[in-house]
Formats: sequence, structure tokens, C-alpha cells
Amino acid sequence: MSRYLTLSALAVLFLFPLVWSGYASLEEPSNYLEMAQFGEGLGTYSTNSVLVSVMTVAGTLVVSALGGYGFARFDFPGKNLLFLATLAILMVPYATILIPLYVLLGYIGLQNSLVGLSLVFVMFQLPFALFMMRNAFEALPRELEEAALVDGCGTFRAFTRILLHAVRPALITVGLFAFLASWNDFFAPLILLNDGASFTLPVAVVSMTQQTFGAIDYGMLQAGVMVMAFPCLILFIVLQRHYVRGFMSGALRG
Amino acid sequence: MTLTITRSGRRPAHSAPPARWRSRKVQGWLYAAPTAVIVGVLFIAPLVLVVWMSLNRWPLLGQATFNAPENYTKIADNPLFVDAVFFTLKYTAITTVLLSAVALGLALLVQDRKPGIGFFRTAFFLPGAVGFAAAGLLFYGMLNNDFGPIDPMLQSLGITDEPIKWIGTPNMALFSTITLVIWRFAGFNMLILLTGLQAIPTEVYEAARSDGANRWQVFTKITLPLLRPTLALMLILSVTGSLLAFDQFFVFTNGGPDNSTVSMVMVIYREAFFRFNLGGAAALSVVLLVALVGLNTLMMRRLR
Repeated sequence: MSRYLTLSALAVLFLFPLVWSGYASLEEPSNYLEMAQFGEGLGTYSTNSVLVSVMTVAGTLVVSALGGYGFARFDFPGKNLLFLATLAILMVPYATILIPLYVLLGYIGLQNSLVGLSLVFVMFQLPFALFMMRNAFEALPRELEEAALVDGCGTFRAFTRILLHAVRPALITVGLFAFLASWNDFFAPLILLNDGASFTLPVAVVSMTQQTFGAIDYGMLQAGVMVMAFPCLILFIVLQRHYVRGFMSGALRG
Repeated sequence: MTLTITRSGRRPAHSAPPARWRSRKVQGWLYAAPTAVIVGVLFIAPLVLVVWMSLNRWPLLGQATFNAPENYTKIADNPLFVDAVFFTLKYTAITTVLLSAVALGLALLVQDRKPGIGFFRTAFFLPGAVGFAAAGLLFYGMLNNDFGPIDPMLQSLGITDEPIKWIGTPNMALFSTITLVIWRFAGFNMLILLTGLQAIPTEVYEAARSDGANRWQVFTKITLPLLRPTLALMLILSVTGSLLAFDQFFVFTNGGPDNSTVSMVMVIYREAFFRFNLGGAAALSVVLLVALVGLNTLMMRRLR
């Protein structure tokens, strides 16, 4: 019983900030209206964030599903080298390659572009995603694919028609991680986007606190926090089984 | 191995024509091609570029000129960076110890599958779903002396007489930031430890108890040693994450007061985008990269 008392007290401590932020933002509902008109407008920033997250999730799923299938079921020259190179992304600290990425995206015409930012997010997600997808395809019985091939399907048709459905749980896990990471990331968009109209929510709302010369409207700020946090909280609560599964398979990234 | 499908499906193994072999290889490459392009263009290329940039005077706008090894020799003259190294190490040490302790405590509290435990696990993890920038802004408001609820609460409980300078002094700014980090990451680390705790077979606990071991003995003689690989993983993640700290300081303290909370990555950012010296920032990046890869290798060897 005393364990439940301790747990409850701790849960109150952990949940209090979220509850307070929600309450502070709603104390004056006009906070949300003011927030909506700040800068280029909350609509623009939210749209940017949604676009980046959708492109990141879609890109990560396509690249890692194709790659995972290739790595699980085919042999080709350079296979091990490419797999190691992908895993090496985990060893290299995120922050140390953002500046060359900024320069590089300039060379290929993707500086200050939401597409460029999404591609960078796909790259950072790739070690975890490829690892998950390769394991998922390897865990499928070979008979599943064999049957399709005997029926005269090419491997690609077997892949899209049958195998992709069979690895759906892994796709959801990979998609959830990609969404949380791209929606929440602050550092990459801070560096790679330099025009207010292309800012994502975290960069836009943080820049609000650092640009105001007068008093910061803290209620409005908490409205911004809620707009950023709400989709993540809901998605996590609905899909937490998949999140924990991703953890258990040993692939971790903060 | 991968040829078994074609083999068993159609023809005897040894008569598989070379064309099929090749097509299987080509197909494998086609599936892996998007991965190869992303890894090549967005990972390998910037890795090479960061080294090249570090050997050049590389202004934000304008022509780059070779100036090696000036960017590296200038690092020692950068007082902000030297201070940042010490500050970041101090922050990493305190954060890792406190975060590990809190996460281990939480994991032990929620390790048994009892009714209602799922709710507590979710409650502790939930801050982890919130972005670091959002979490920083949340604390920024919550600890504000005029707007936030914490000062009035402490005062009404009689703990303090006047509002506390949460980010107004170097020590308080560090303390507040670490509190924010623990709130945001304790649940995440708890999940890591839970996977380790659940891998310990129950028979081991039963054997220990039947030998008359008390709770403390079970914890120190069984749980901790068997949890070692998981603890090691958590330590590595916490140390690496803390050494690369940026968001929390940029959003929450903005490096202040008086540059007392400037982390190493923050110096790299300022060097590049405030002093427009991308070459110098690249040199700092290379140093940090080499140090972290070295440290990671060392930690993995020692801890595993």
C-alpha cells in the first residue's frame, strides 16, 4: 500500500507541469487566438511542422521498408559495409554534422527547405528504422513469400501485396519514432531553416521568447507549448504498446 | 542463404542459371539503393565535409580559403569554449548520477505487473513524449517569478519568503535545468532499466530468498550485477546526451546568467552563426566528434 502512495505522489510530480501548462494556457482562451496571430501565424508554423513530420514519416517508412527487405532477403556486394555505415550514424553525434549538412544542403539547393530538413530527419532515423525493418522481415516465414513467387509474382509484388501487411506492427513503431523525433526536434530546424515563413513550431515559439523586447506573454507561450505537446501526448498514449516494443527490440535513440 | 527461395521453388540448386543469381543481386541493390543514397549523401558526405571545412577559413558567405591548422590551434585561445568544456563536464556528471538514481528508483517501483502499474509507467514516461523545446518553454513559464505557480506554492507552504531566482544565478540555473532534464528523461531511462529488470529470471530471486537473503542483499547481490549491461547502456546514453546538451540551455537559460551555462555545442552554434566562422565551428565539431567516439568506445569496453 505504501508503494502506491509513493507512486501516486511521484505521478503527481511528473504530471503537474503538463496539467499546469494546459491550465495556464486555457485560463484566458484568447491565449490561443493571440498565439495564432503571432509572427507568420500559428497556421503557417503548424502546417510546416505537419509537412515535415509527414514527409519524414513517409520517407523513413519507404526507405527503411525497402532497405529492410533487401537486407533481410537478398545478398549483394557491399551489403555488410552499407549496413555498418548506416549503424555508424548512431556513433556520430547529431550536433557535430549539422553545420556541414547546412553547407551541403546549400550545394544541392535544399537550404532553408522543408524537404531538405525532412531528408536529414530520415537519415537520423535510418539506423533504428532499418534495424527494426530488417528484423521484422527476417522474422517472417519464408513460405509466405515463396507462395507468392510460385504464383508468378515478382519479388516487388510479393513485397507490396503480402509482406508489407505482415510487418505492419514494425511499420507503426518506426513511424511513431519518426513522428516524435521530427515533430519535436529543435536543433536541426534551428540551423537548417533561416526564413521565418519556413519555421517549424519549436523554432517559431522559442524565437518568440527571444525576440520580445517587452514582457513575454506567458499564457500565450503555454498555448504554444500545448499546441506542440498535445499531438505527441495523444499519439504516445494511443500507441504506447508499439513504443515499448521498439524499446524492447534493443534499438534506442533519444 | 537468400537463394533458397528460388532454389527450392523452381529448380535443383546447382542448375540455377547465372542470370538469376545476378538478377537477385541487382534486385537486392535496388531495394537497398535509397538507403545507400541517404547514407552516402547525408551522412558520409557531411562527415568528410566537416573535416575539410575544419581545414579552411570558411565564412558564412564568400570564398573558403585553406588555412590549416589555424582553426585547431585557435581552439585553445577560445576562453568561452574552455569554460564550456568544464561546465559541460560538470553538468554531465551531476545529471548522469541524479538521472540514473531517479530512473532506477522508478523502475524498481513499477517493475512488478500489479494492477494500476501501467498507469504509473505511462505517467512517468509522458514528459518524454513532449519535445525538449516545448519542455524548456513549459519550465520557463512555470518557474517565472510573476507568472509561474512554483514560487507562490513554496511561499504559502512557508518554505521560502520571497521568489527564488530560478535561472538568475549560475548555480540555480544549473539546478533548474537539471530538474527539467530529469523530469523529461527519467521515464525514458526507467523504460530502458525495465527491459533489463524483466530479463532477470524469477528463479534467481526465488533461489536467493530461499537462501534467506533480505531485500537489500537481493538488490545489491543479484539485481545490480545482473542489471549491469542495461545500466551501462543507460550510462552511455546519458553521458553522450549530456555532453551534447544544447536545447535545454538554448531554450531555458539561453546560456545565462553571464555565460555561466554555455555548453560545448552552444559554443559551436555561436561560432558558426554569430561569429560567422564555419571553419572554426567545424574544427570544434571534429574535436567533439573524435572525443565522443573515443569515449563511447572506451565506455563500451569498460562497462560491458
